[in-house]
Amino acid sequence: MIRSRTLEEKLGSLYRAGGRIVGGVYLGRGQEAFSAAAGIHLRWDKDVYGPLIRDQAGRIAFGEPLIDSLRTYLGVVTGPMRGRDGNIHRGQPKHGYMAMISHLGSLLSVVAGALFARRIKGTLGDSAGATSIGDGGTSTGAFHEGLNMAAVEKLPLVVSIANNQYAYSTPTSRQYACENLVDRAHGYGIEGHSVDGTDLLACVKVYRTAFERARVGHGPQMVVGRLLRLGGHGEHDDASYIPESMKKIHESRDCLTVAQQQALDLGWTTQAELEAWHKQARQEVDQATSQVLKEPTPDPYRETWQALSTTSLVEGNEG
Amino acid sequence: MSSITYLEAIREAQYEALRTNPDVFLYGQDINAFGGAFKATKNLGREFPGRVFDSPISEDAMIGMAVGAAVEGARPIIEMQFADFSSVGFNQIVNQAATLYWRTQTPCPITIRLPSGGTAGSGPFHSQSMESIYAHYPGLVILTPATVEDAYWMLLDSVKLDDPVIFCEHKFLYYHLKADDFGQAMPIGKARIARPGRDATVVTYSAMLHESLKAAEELRLDGYEVEVVDLRSVKPMDTDTILASVARTGRLLVVGESFPWGGATAEVVARVASEAFHLLDAPPLRLNSKDTPIPYHPNLWKSHRPTTASISAELRKLLRY
Ligand SMILES: Cc1ncc(C[n+]2csc(CCOP(=O)(O)OP(=O)(O)O)c2C)c(N)n1
Repeated sequence: MIRSRTLEEKLGSLYRAGGRIVGGVYLGRGQEAFSAAAGIHLRWDKDVYGPLIRDQAGRIAFGEPLIDSLRTYLGVVTGPMRGRDGNIHRGQPKHGYMAMISHLGSLLSVVAGALFARRIKGTLGDSAGATSIGDGGTSTGAFHEGLNMAAVEKLPLVVSIANNQYAYSTPTSRQYACENLVDRAHGYGIEGHSVDGTDLLACVKVYRTAFERARVGHGPQMVVGRLLRLGGHGEHDDASYIPESMKKIHESRDCLTVAQQQALDLGWTTQAELEAWHKQARQEVDQATSQVLKEPTPDPYRETWQALSTTSLVEGNEG
Repeated sequence: MSSITYLEAIREAQYEALRTNPDVFLYGQDINAFGGAFKATKNLGREFPGRVFDSPISEDAMIGMAVGAAVEGARPIIEMQFADFSSVGFNQIVNQAATLYWRTQTPCPITIRLPSGGTAGSGPFHSQSMESIYAHYPGLVILTPATVEDAYWMLLDSVKLDDPVIFCEHKFLYYHLKADDFGQAMPIGKARIARPGRDATVVTYSAMLHESLKAAEELRLDGYEVEVVDLRSVKPMDTDTILASVARTGRLLVVGESFPWGGATAEVVARVASEAFHLLDAPPLRLNSKDTPIPYHPNLWKSHRPTTASISAELRKLLRY
């Protein structure tokens, strides 16, 4: 969480400084606990993870090197997307790390498909899949179709819904008419859990149960976290549509502060150690940033301009 | 002083449509109080209470709903947050909206606004040009305004039309393109000679008009007079104006931002080749983006789409032939 927050602060300042990050910056501030708590239950190369917009913390917890985020935002060729795609649209499918497209909802069935294939190949073992979405994304047909399919196939899939109460500017009252999104689990015939998404310990507990149940054959698990993004939709957005009173309440429930207090209260760490972690994270992020700033950006003359793996079938680009 | 932007023209047209026709309503994501991701509906919700609605993120249902409303006599304008997301509503557009009149003789007066085309750093899913995909389907009108005037008048005309219109507005032009006023309306379906010439014809539309005009200007320095035709509407396509231009110049280059396989540019070449082969002094050329998804990094993006430089290079090739 600390590394995620520190990294995202850097991304925000790079964006505001202008020049190097072209295009949007989408941060997960305020959602780190809910995201990381899922990520820590996932194993790189063993499980399947399809994170979305606000999952920097989950991506780190899953095992993505922190530098890959910077590399993707800066579009350098050393990054996993080599400048072809950017920002949050990154992954390494060969390691079970799916690369989201922008179209909300459409990753769920992809994660389900990976699990489905493992099952028919007999390689599923105790692996599980996880993907996440916001309250807004649940309104897509793709989300519904994917979840229904996963339920029919009883796949070991944990679906996180980060209910941060707004989809861009749109409040949940314009998004769905049910009282609580978790009620939908019943309709899909799957198990549902809800949790205070700002409470790290509660999130970890809920995900532990959800992943355990998914892995032993109880089918998809829906985990709905209540929280608020502590920022705009992207860094270009001041979120002026969120009432100040609501922002204040949530700023005082910043999940990182909550988590640190929890760790202190339980005697897991000390103030000094926390500070050391923050310092270490800043050093790591600064070092990664200066490294990435030196790395090469893509050269159109070296780019293959081929979208097929079967290169013999690629037509000339003279078109 | 040029003061009205292309984006403001789109907002003004919607304002005017709402003001003059009580059957018009607006439906789209974040378009009410927020005014839309690009602010194309800024203040409209306040000025027309009960007629501008925030939609759930449900493109399929948004289009289906518009079709149902049109059957009841409404004239909805649907904003896709980005053209790219209209693919989620594709079925409703090409199978529901586009076939309704032909199957049932019930008109389907809906306008689907697609913020289209590439801008730096927008990547594969916020940059697409969809006009060619939709033009392939019978039953749709595909408009691709390149000027502030057209953005305004053609959007107003779209709302008046009794058929489904795919209104491809280019995001690259939103803020940069300005005009003094809305000028004169030109009928939908007519192309426009944006720059007269005699040595070669460039047929183009949308943001590529401006790149093409710059290329024509570059070639003027070399003593060539390049005629530039702005299609304005991809479908219907004004073949007469194209043929008349080719009759004057004998050389044709067609420029579009969408992917190279097929599409609007290929359609122009096919029509000219089959109907005016005898007028051509050189093989007709086309220039599109490259045949890969649209890249994120500006270095790649600039090479992916046609630019003034690549259009000039094609024109030189054409003129040398
Ligand atoms: C199918 C589709 N339509 C529209 C968009 C544009 N869009 C991107 S993010 C967003 C809001 C998402 O809200 P939510 O799912 O609640 O996630 P949050 O941003 O709150 O984390 C929208 C409308 C999209 N990405 N995909």
